[in-house]
Amino acid sequence: MSSRVLIVAEHEGAKLNPSTAKCVTCAQGIPGAQITIVVCAVDAAAVAAQAAQLSGVARVLCVENPANAHALAAVWAPQVLAIAAPFSHILGPSTTFGKDLMARIAGFLGAPQVSDIMAIESATRFRRPVYAGNALLTVESSGEGQLVGTVRTASFQAAAGGGAAPIEKAAVSVELPTHTRFVSVSAARSDRPDLQTARRVVSGGRALGSAEGFKILYRLADKLGAAVGASRAAVDAGYAPNEMQVGQTGKIIAPELYVAVGISGAIQHLTGIKDARTIVAINKDGEAPIFEVADIGLVGDLFQIIPEIERLL
Amino acid sequence: MKRILVGIKRVVDYNVRIRVKPDGSGVITDGVKMSVNPFDEIALEEALRIKERGLAEEVIVATVGAADCQQQLRTALAMGADRALHVQADGVVEPLVAARALLKLIEREQPLLVILGKQAIDDDNGQTGQVLAALWNRPQATYASKIELNAGTARVTREVDAGLETLEVDLPAVITTDLRLNEPRYVKLPDIMKAKKKPLDTLTLSALGVEQRQQLKLVRFDPPLQRQKGIRVTDAAELLAALKSKGLL
Ligand SMILES: Cc1cc2nc3c(=O)[nH]c(=O)nc-3n(C[C@H](O)[C@H](O)[C@H](O)COP(=O)(O)OP(=O)(O)OC[C@H]3O[C@@H](n4cnc5c(N)ncnc54)[C@H](O)[C@@H]3O)c2cc1C
Ligand SMILES: Cc1cc2nc3c(=O)[nH]c(=O)nc-3n(C[C@H](O)[C@H](O)[C@H](O)COP(=O)(O)OP(=O)(O)OC[C@H]3O[C@@H](n4cnc5c(N)ncnc54)[C@H](O)[C@@H]3O)c2cc1C
Repeated sequence: MSSRVLIVAEHEGAKLNPSTAKCVTCAQGIPGAQITIVVCAVDAAAVAAQAAQLSGVARVLCVENPANAHALAAVWAPQVLAIAAPFSHILGPSTTFGKDLMARIAGFLGAPQVSDIMAIESATRFRRPVYAGNALLTVESSGEGQLVGTVRTASFQAAAGGGAAPIEKAAVSVELPTHTRFVSVSAARSDRPDLQTARRVVSGGRALGSAEGFKILYRLADKLGAAVGASRAAVDAGYAPNEMQVGQTGKIIAPELYVAVGISGAIQHLTGIKDARTIVAINKDGEAPIFEVADIGLVGDLFQIIPEIERLL
Repeated sequence: MKRILVGIKRVVDYNVRIRVKPDGSGVITDGVKMSVNPFDEIALEEALRIKERGLAEEVIVATVGAADCQQQLRTALAMGADRALHVQADGVVEPLVAARALLKLIEREQPLLVILGKQAIDDDNGQTGQVLAALWNRPQATYASKIELNAGTARVTREVDAGLETLEVDLPAVITTDLRLNEPRYVKLPDIMKAKKKPLDTLTLSALGVEQRQQLKLVRFDPPLQRQKGIRVTDAAELLAALKSKGLL
């Protein structure tokens, strides 16, 4: 049996977000998957060219409209719907972009959505984490009708390049709502690696004590070529911006190395780092729950240890 | 009347250590503390503050679920909601069913604003708000960390992966809450007593004309994989040596 899979590309105007390549790998787990990527954009050429190179992709569809300058779910959903009919599975990444958009699409279709797919067992059977990752649930759809899914990107490798899928323009003429308008986005631009795709991440918790205190982590991260993350407590206290939050309600990441500094290891935080290959914990409390998941633990005062590590590196 | 409708979901308290039942049929909920989904407390707090600023006149809380959900509605009334609607539904209530039921309540109550949590901490689906906005064909502003109401519109700052995004939406609209929107108030004892006298109406899915349909079968629950026990090092130098031996430096 073959399945026709549509993946909604996430991009920043000219650059395809790496989450899309992970969706492709996930989709390849569906037996007999024929994969189409749809790019909604003002001018889709650059992003479509990148999507076409992903190995395993059969076709790239461009839906161009001046209204697509920002990824507004209310504006994109009707355009994706306009081309969605032939597809059995409609997937997007489980990023804030995908979570916002895909469920709106599911709502319009009246279709079930499987959120945070971490493994595919068949065209109708999927595994996903529930209860902040404290349980893994296998769900099964009837196989009738369409299915929407968001892909837990930390569970899949990015698809390789080297493909050359044909790129087509889709003529979509649907009325787009004007009830939702983009105003602004404030993103702290930094030269550090992106938290969601970084191979190394150094994260700080409440123990850092201030935004000033966080600077010792930035210095360490820069030496390691790492991204910087934070616990919710650190973000709530204003030591770090929200986009740095790691956990159940922040970012779910899977770096090769995760260094948790002054983070107690609340279950909501651990959910975000379950797939990290190696977890290092630095905490002055030897009983802190973070040590239960740490591959390498070091008990002590971070304000002594971090500068010491920096000196030795 | 300017109304705000808030979704309230009963979930296992976030402090409970979740354990999967040995037969894989679910997680252990017997004798476990149940609470209002934390994101829904934030949704309610925001609605109450909007009302306190004089921008709304009534806050209605609603839940779709079994009879025991009324406990959480009472908590919401004690927090300050004016009245509660309980849509009685047994079994697994999927986001689409919850959203269809909430839409029926919207049609009856004509709210200015609907505020839900961005996700329920049990299923972590994070769908209901967006599904509802689609069914209602109205704007959605998910993951809100700031809401500013103006005449006929709302300005919502959203916590997105890149940082903070601000949208302007026409009202009525659906907004879903993120953690930093506000800090919910504590319920005081006299309020719990007062809440007992506030109206709580019970409806049923079928009376609303919503079919209770489960599209996704819950096949099996498994415990998560345990990580292997790690090592302890005693200082920075040993830590770096351990990382080098793993090929990480
Ligand atoms: C619905 C919900 C969702 C949530 N989502 C998230 C989420 O996505 N991400 C998240 O992180 N949290 C989340 N939380 C919050 C979570 O429960 C914890 O409160 C939070 O992770 C704690 O952050 P922390 O470890 O920095 O702070 P704390 O728990 O206060 O830990 C600080 C740690 O620092 C150590 N320490 C102190 N001083 C030093 C020092 N000098 N040197 C070394 N160590 C030191 C202490 O021993 C302690 O272990 C959520 C909570 C709820 C209710
Ligand atoms: C793994 C799993 C296990 C389940 N186990 C059970 C079970 O044991 N017993 C059972 O009765 N149901 C169960 N359900 C159904 C479940 O409780 C939810 O009602 C349904 O999946 C809605 O999704 P959600 O709450 O995760 O939605 P989300 O989209 O994550 O919720 C977002 C927000 O929508 C609002 N909302 C969601 N549902 C309701 C509601 N019912 N009433 C009011 N507001 C709501 C809240 O504001 C919430 O914060 C299960 C579902 C799954 C997938």
